[in-house]
Amino acid sequence: MAVQEYIRERFFPQMWCEGCGHGTILNSLLRAIEDLGIAKSDIVMTSGIGCSARISGYVDFHSLHTMHGRALACATGVKMAKPALNVIVPMGDGDALAIGGNHFIHACRRNIDITAIVMNNRIYGMTGGQYSPLSGVGTMATTAPYSSIDNAFDVAELAKAAGATFVARTTTYHVAEAVTYLKKAIQHKGFSVVEIMTQCPTYYGRKNKKGDAVEMLKWFKESTAKLGSKELENNPSLIARGIFADEDKPEYCSEYNKIIERASRR
Amino acid sequence: MTKEIRFVQGNEACVEGALYAGCSFFAGYPITPSTEIAELLAARLPQHGGTFIQMEDEIAAMSAIIGASLTGNKVLTATSGPGFSLKQEAIGYACMAEVPCVVANVQRGGPSTGNPTHVAQGDINQARWGTHGDHSIIALTASNHQDIFKMTVDAFNLAETYRTPVILLFDEAVGHLRAKLEIPTEGELDVVDRLRTSLPEGVNYHPYLPREDGRLPMSDFGDSHRYNVTGLFHDMWGFPTADPTSINDLLHHLVDKIENNVADITRYKEHFMDDAQYVLVSYGSSARSAIHLATERRARGERLGVLELQSIWPFPKELIREKCDGARAVLVCEMNMGQVVEHVRAAVRKPNRVFLANRVDGKLITPLDIKKFLRMIQGRGA
Ligand SMILES: Cc1ncc(C[n+]2csc(CCOP(=O)(O)OP(=O)(O)O)c2C)c(N)n1
Ligand code: SF4
Ligand SMILES: [Mg+2]
Repeated sequence: MAVQEYIRERFFPQMWCEGCGHGTILNSLLRAIEDLGIAKSDIVMTSGIGCSARISGYVDFHSLHTMHGRALACATGVKMAKPALNVIVPMGDGDALAIGGNHFIHACRRNIDITAIVMNNRIYGMTGGQYSPLSGVGTMATTAPYSSIDNAFDVAELAKAAGATFVARTTTYHVAEAVTYLKKAIQHKGFSVVEIMTQCPTYYGRKNKKGDAVEMLKWFKESTAKLGSKELENNPSLIARGIFADEDKPEYCSEYNKIIERASRR
Repeated sequence: MTKEIRFVQGNEACVEGALYAGCSFFAGYPITPSTEIAELLAARLPQHGGTFIQMEDEIAAMSAIIGASLTGNKVLTATSGPGFSLKQEAIGYACMAEVPCVVANVQRGGPSTGNPTHVAQGDINQARWGTHGDHSIIALTASNHQDIFKMTVDAFNLAETYRTPVILLFDEAVGHLRAKLEIPTEGELDVVDRLRTSLPEGVNYHPYLPREDGRLPMSDFGDSHRYNVTGLFHDMWGFPTADPTSINDLLHHLVDKIENNVADITRYKEHFMDDAQYVLVSYGSSARSAIHLATERRARGERLGVLELQSIWPFPKELIREKCDGARAVLVCEMNMGQVVEHVRAAVRKPNRVFLANRVDGKLITPLDIKKFLRMIQGRGA
């Protein structure tokens, strides 16, 4: 099926700014799904609120656009109720880790078979450029006019520690890598997290003098390096890309099925 | 057929009612005095292949049942006090996205952590207006175990019929009281099944286009119709819209589908109401004391009646006016600072003849408490 077939034309033109990285992520995701050959009706895309969250409206899957931060909690209900469905949850950095942080760590802990995508632009795009829990110390934002003093989460480490069994990080510059990780994440049985560093030229770029989208993509290329690479070893200040966890552990819905068996014997 | 008779807590009657109605999914977070509902369903649901999940908080629990409802399940969550506050955001979402679901609130004293182990009826207005924005809501209540069962079944039925969250406003006293419950046999009570679209695959399905009778047939996530669900104002496809006409129409639809059907939704009971000179309006465990007092006074020839409300929202204004019109005075018995009494006053022709008999100290209002208020308004002292 052509990628076009996965799009809801009625919903276009989309609302993202020119140069926004969210569109690149949508593309990578659709290519991953196309490669995997998953039927459209077998996918439920659940999202919260944010520029990133609007992605669910653009795709021709079952789509559930919920509340800010609550996507994973809603998705847990969908998945538990119909485990056969592929549940994909794209979230912004604020959506996933500020207001939704509690749901995030608990979804990791349960190892429920959901694919979470953190579209990390290190800023609140939708509300106009406030700092997020992934902005990091020194970031300029509308609510950090003297620069942010907030430490950032490392999503990959956090997800791993919380119990996610597939964890990867890449950027919108590394499109082929993103497609590969997304495919692995969707195929993985258990909770998977793919962090994709993405550009918000409108707010993050402007506030932090990172230039336009092209310059920001260049910045992703230069400020990251593959896990296990010499480059990363020589320069630990680079951000690691790669697969941080890929483990086989009991998945929540399968475990719940055993509860049903146990209960029915009573 | 001999009926199954059980000796149970009110909370268990709610569980039995939910299972009778076809509830197949529960998500919750423990909180006194509602916890037994979660505990019992943790044992019962998997026995029938249903799903129980304890979430990380009440926000998550309310969100999870919304997801599960959209995949085709009849869903329930249960909570009390602070947990009910946390659920409000997602209750509003369920109103907006028209997701059938049932929320049981076994009331305790508030505000805040308040009085976890004692009775109160302070969440009446929160049930109506707890979530932000214009909307309408259905809330039912009950004073005894048989009615808890029945109202729980009705809550599921109304949730399906009107595609809306339905709140069950129980309270600590009746929730924890142990009493007899006769389980109705299959078919004895009506059970409304989910209305699903009959449109085949390939035919355009409009998830938010009401039929002529106002109902909106659903399609389960996973079936052939793929559509969008959102908490934004949306068009008939479920797509976000800022079109003034669409916004206006949707808001009217959300309110009208409930407010235009008050008669269908209203549930109540009359006790000694024929020729009553004084009417006690009450609900939940307060109504038990009101009924007790009326029974006792009737035996002595006093013309006292009880109008027991079993649905509070939408407020049964017409019913109140009709039943209270001939009364010399109306005494609203409730365990709060006067939440229903205001609505009774607004409904009747002589609001200055409506009085409040309340108790807010965590103790169940007694027949004697009510009698004292009654004597006061009769000018006869206690
Ligand atoms: C309960 C609640 N609080 C706040 C908001 C306002 N709000 C909308 S989106 C958003 C942040 C979006 O940032 P992020 O999740 O990083 O997504 P992005 O727009 O950057 O893609 C906020 C704070 C809201 N919609 N709901
Ligand atoms: S504000 Fe930023 S995140 Fe939002 S659409 Fe524009 S570029 Fe993208
Ligand atoms: Mg962001």
